[in-house]
Amino acid sequence: MALLDVIDLCVEFPTRRGILRALDGVSFSIDPGEILGVVGESGAGKSLTGAAIIGLLEPPGHVAGGQIVFDGKRLDNLSQEEMRAIRGRHIGAIFQDPLTTLDPLMSVGKQLIETMQTHMKLSDRDAKARAVQWLEEVGIPAASERVFAYPHQFSGGMRQRVVIALALCAEPRLVIADEPTTALDVSIQAQIITLMKRLAADHGTSIMLVTHDMGVIAETCDRVAVMYAGRIAEIGPVENVVRSPHHPYTEGLMGSIPSLEARVERLRQIDGAMPRLNAIPKGCAFNPRCGKVIERCREERPVLLPTATTMAACFRANEEAA
Amino acid sequence: MNALQRFLDSDFIYSFKRNPVAMVSFGVVVLVVLAAVLAPWIAPHNPFDLASLNLLDSLKPPFFQTDGDPSFPLGTDDQGRDVLSGIMYGTRISLEVAILAIGFSLTVGISVGLIAGYVGGSVDAVLMRIVDVQLTFPAILVALLVDGVVRAVLPPSAQEALQLDVIVFAIGISRWPQFARTVRGSTMIERGRDYVMAARVIGISSPRIMATHILPNVLGPVLVIATLNLGLAVLDEATLSFLGVGLPPTEPSLGTLIRFGNDFLFSGEWWITIFPGATLAVMVLSINLLGDWLRDALNPRLR
Amino acid sequence: MIAFIIARLLQAIPVLLVVGFISFAMFQFVGDPLVALLGQNFTAEEADAMRHNLGMDQPFLVQYVNFLGRVLHGDFGISYRLAKPVGELLAERLPATAELALCAAILSLLVGVPLGVLTGIKRNALISRVMMMLSLVGVSLPTFLIGVLLILLFAVQLGVLPSYGRGDVVHFAHWSTGLLTGTGRVALILPAVTLGLFQMTLILRLVRSEMLEVMRSDHIKFARARGLTPRAINFHHALSNTLVPVITIVGLQLGMLIAFSIVTETVFQWPGMGLLLVQSIGVADIPVMSAYLLLIAVVFVTINLVVDLLYFAVDPRLRGGGK
Repeated sequence: MALLDVIDLCVEFPTRRGILRALDGVSFSIDPGEILGVVGESGAGKSLTGAAIIGLLEPPGHVAGGQIVFDGKRLDNLSQEEMRAIRGRHIGAIFQDPLTTLDPLMSVGKQLIETMQTHMKLSDRDAKARAVQWLEEVGIPAASERVFAYPHQFSGGMRQRVVIALALCAEPRLVIADEPTTALDVSIQAQIITLMKRLAADHGTSIMLVTHDMGVIAETCDRVAVMYAGRIAEIGPVENVVRSPHHPYTEGLMGSIPSLEARVERLRQIDGAMPRLNAIPKGCAFNPRCGKVIERCREERPVLLPTATTMAACFRANEEAA
Repeated sequence: MNALQRFLDSDFIYSFKRNPVAMVSFGVVVLVVLAAVLAPWIAPHNPFDLASLNLLDSLKPPFFQTDGDPSFPLGTDDQGRDVLSGIMYGTRISLEVAILAIGFSLTVGISVGLIAGYVGGSVDAVLMRIVDVQLTFPAILVALLVDGVVRAVLPPSAQEALQLDVIVFAIGISRWPQFARTVRGSTMIERGRDYVMAARVIGISSPRIMATHILPNVLGPVLVIATLNLGLAVLDEATLSFLGVGLPPTEPSLGTLIRFGNDFLFSGEWWITIFPGATLAVMVLSINLLGDWLRDALNPRLR
Repeated sequence: MIAFIIARLLQAIPVLLVVGFISFAMFQFVGDPLVALLGQNFTAEEADAMRHNLGMDQPFLVQYVNFLGRVLHGDFGISYRLAKPVGELLAERLPATAELALCAAILSLLVGVPLGVLTGIKRNALISRVMMMLSLVGVSLPTFLIGVLLILLFAVQLGVLPSYGRGDVVHFAHWSTGLLTGTGRVALILPAVTLGLFQMTLILRLVRSEMLEVMRSDHIKFARARGLTPRAINFHHALSNTLVPVITIVGLQLGMLIAFSIVTETVFQWPGMGLLLVQSIGVADIPVMSAYLLLIAVVFVTINLVVDLLYFAVDPRLRGGGK
């Protein structure tokens, strides 16, 4: 059984000019221990999906439809206090910029202890021992001496390790990592990705990895969901989505990655830009930019349907394969 | 579309029209200013005309109380002066002092800021140090002490005649540093621009560059601050006058009126002090509300 | 830490020297000290002798240094008006002002900070909107008007609180306190509320806007994502992060408190230094004015130093310690 099931999720923002639908019928699932990548351009709704799952949508944004089912229990209709008890304890989160995600005035050890004691019954001594253990586990050198050091005393990469420890310390079963490596030096990105993979495997944690970096996805994930304009365009095992994409948008996305194996004359790019949320075209959201557009694409919205190797929301996905 | 129409269609006016608080405050400010400016023509009595005063009219309560006299709607003081007319003339004096003081402040602040920002180096360092030291002290305290020292320096014979100038000077001198600081900041930015470089290269003199090229470009922000400071200057003047070191009884401002009325609180003639006090409070509150709205309207992120 | 304090003290010295110089210039050149000391009728010889005694025949800088020396010994000259040493006069009045300012400061902090936090957290609640409106009224009412209104209500209409003076005081060596007597405590209420109200509304507005700023920050979002309780988020994480800017402004506000104690003391005839100053300004009693200026400068420099030390206590980033 899936650990997380997102079914037909819609998120809306009321504004002065009317309601903006930022997520429109998003459905996917994550199995225990699985790493799911979510890719797309900025504004595609990747981060919003994560925020909706942990119940931290910025007002006035709210879930306007669909269900979020975690471990057999619906999350989208829980009260604030019930949802708070789930955050950190059952679903953790890792944010983008380690320089700003830690409270600058509280030592890292204290932040760890505070988080663990909020969710578990632990004596101060046990909590401190565990805090040191966690810092060691995420690779902070001399953890026992530095447990009460302040965030500014660590480098950016080290701080992201602390953030990871904080996200995992109450042993959640799912972690939502929102662009965890974007703000880091390229040389450190790989270390952080390796660390997350190792910890996920050791603790059996599932990860929803939100990023716009296909390289990271290819290296880390079991499956990947490609988002476009608040909808899922294609979803499937990483290998298949990367090697044989069935949605023209995914194809374009893959074409924009430089590859060492395949010799291409030049990188392709997708013409045009993603539509703004108040101007999403009728039918398939991608139709104005699509090279394979047919009349039906402009009238009717495609749903996710199985293809040979993936699931894609494109009327022409299967004819192509056939 | 002409400039006026563009202005009326702007977001600024849109936000003004949607904000009843801003509109009411603006209305109150306009009303108070009009009443003050037109006082000599529209006030029911002239409180300075000693011949028109009648002691039989003294200490009359406002019209809604039993002994009230409709020709003195807000009552009279111990000399038989009409409180309403006193407020109108008093507001006029208060506004006059505030505007002159801020004008003086602006002149000093802009000059110092331009020179510090344009010349730079040790001149800048010394001037800004002075600004720092003065900013350590609250403006009202500076105004009070300057007022005291200037009075001590002046010969007693000149004091009466120069009292208005003294208080304008005292309030003005207490508020120039923040203008200097703002102007210096923008001057330093403008100085680096190409058009200033070009003007220097073709040999235009420094004072002329400052006056004709830099000044017009740094004036905007400092004028906004000056407008907001006008309300503070009104309060400064009222406070000094209340303390008895401001304007003489022959030129009663709102603060002076409140101070005189204060003596009658215990004998029950509350109107002599409360009406001027309420006028002052409503006027300053309206200016503050307008300022709040202005800040939000110009910077939507802060909402 | 010690190096930091020393650096701060060194920065304060120029400020004190400049203020000392202004104070000296006032003392020496405004008004005529000879008239003050010798009366209106004196001979040229008497005047020369007095000039010599006062060191007024010496070079300017020597006079300035002498002045500073005297000031350090607590000698501020003789009040023209009261014919008593200014040092003594100020020492007599200091406790009254100190007690008033302290009570007002405590009042404004104890009410202003919690209300600021409350309106910051529940920014859209009705009570927050009402508080914000009221606070704007508070900021717009000049201190002296608040005093007058409070007197009218509590002293004149209700007759429950005294409207002037300090009540009975108890003396301890050089200090006099009104806090230990019933009349003293009652007499303190209206002046302290008058002085504290304006500061309270300013502090409330400031804490609120800092709170709103911090609540938007990433580390608060992360604290939420870790499932911390609202209590821990609001008080451990948000409030402590608003403290640094709040301390700065509160420090400045204490300076304002001293400035506005002048007004409050005048309204309530409170026998403190502010009332002394206003009375002295009225008759151009220069020695009192120059001494007051110096004293206030020392108080402000001290406040700034305390503010810096508090930063140290609150913000670990300032305490240093490398990576």
